[in-house]
Amino acid sequence: MPLRLDVRRRATGGGFVTELSLDVPSDLEYVGPAVELIAEELPGGPLSARRIRFNLRTALAEALANAIAYGNRHDPARLVQVRVEVTHEAVHLHVTDEGDGFNPADVPDPTRPELLEREDGRGLFVLRGLVDQVAFNEKGNSVCLTLRAG
Amino acid sequence: MSFSLKKDKHGVIVVGVDGQLIVGNRQELKQKVLDALEGGGRKFVIDFTKTGYIDSSGLGVLVSLSKKIREQGGDLRLCGLNEDLQTLFELTKLDTLFAIARTSEEALAAF
Repeated sequence: MPLRLDVRRRATGGGFVTELSLDVPSDLEYVGPAVELIAEELPGGPLSARRIRFNLRTALAEALANAIAYGNRHDPARLVQVRVEVTHEAVHLHVTDEGDGFNPADVPDPTRPELLEREDGRGLFVLRGLVDQVAFNEKGNSVCLTLRAG
Repeated sequence: MSFSLKKDKHGVIVVGVDGQLIVGNRQELKQKVLDALEGGGRKFVIDFTKTGYIDSSGLGVLVSLSKKIREQGGDLRLCGLNEDLQTLFELTKLDTLFAIARTSEEALAAF
C-alpha cells in the first residue's frame, strides 16, 4: 500500500497552522518510509534542522513502532493514524492506534541496573527524552508528542 | 540504509551503518553480525559515522549483540556517534554498557 500524505494549511487567529495527515499500515516496514515522508514535507519554521533530523525522526519512529507492535499487534486490518500540527510555536505529533491502550505508569524504568541488558522496553523512556511533552489520552491508544520551537 | 562488513588485517570486523538503525532494519544488522560471529569473528566495531538516528529497537539489538558476542569470548565496540546519538546512549545509560570510541581508528587501536 503506498503511503499518502495529506497536507492542509489553515488560518487561525494568531497565524497559520499546517496539518499533515497520514494513515500507516500495521507493518514495521512502513516505519522508516513514513518518518522520512513526514520529516521531508514538514514546513520549515519552529524546529531547527538538527531537531528535525534527530529528535522528530527518532520520536516519530518510536511512537509508530509502539502503535504498530503493541497497539495494533501487527494486525493488517488496522491502521495507525498520524496527524502533525505545525504552528509558529511548536510541532505536535499525534499518533493513534486501534488497540486497547495501555497504562504508561506500568512501564518500568529501563535504566534500572537489572533491566539495562534487556533488548526491549526503552521506547517510552526514549520518547520522553526526545520531546518536550508526552501526553496520552485516557484510553492509552493515542499519544501527543510536542516539540516546542527551537 | 545499508550495512557493510569489512575485516581489517587483525581480524576485527568493522560494520558500517549507512542511514538509520530502526525497527524496520535491525534484524538485518543482527543477522549479518551473528553470521560473522558464527564464522569465527570475535572482535567487532560498529561504526555510526554515517548514521542519522537510532530508535529503541536499534539500541535493543546492540544490547543483544553485545551479550551474544561476549558469551563467545568476543568484544563489541561502537564508534562515530554524533552528539545527539551520544546523548541518547547517556540518557539510556547504555554508555555504561558499551566501549564507545570517537573514530573507528581509535576503536581498532583499543583492541
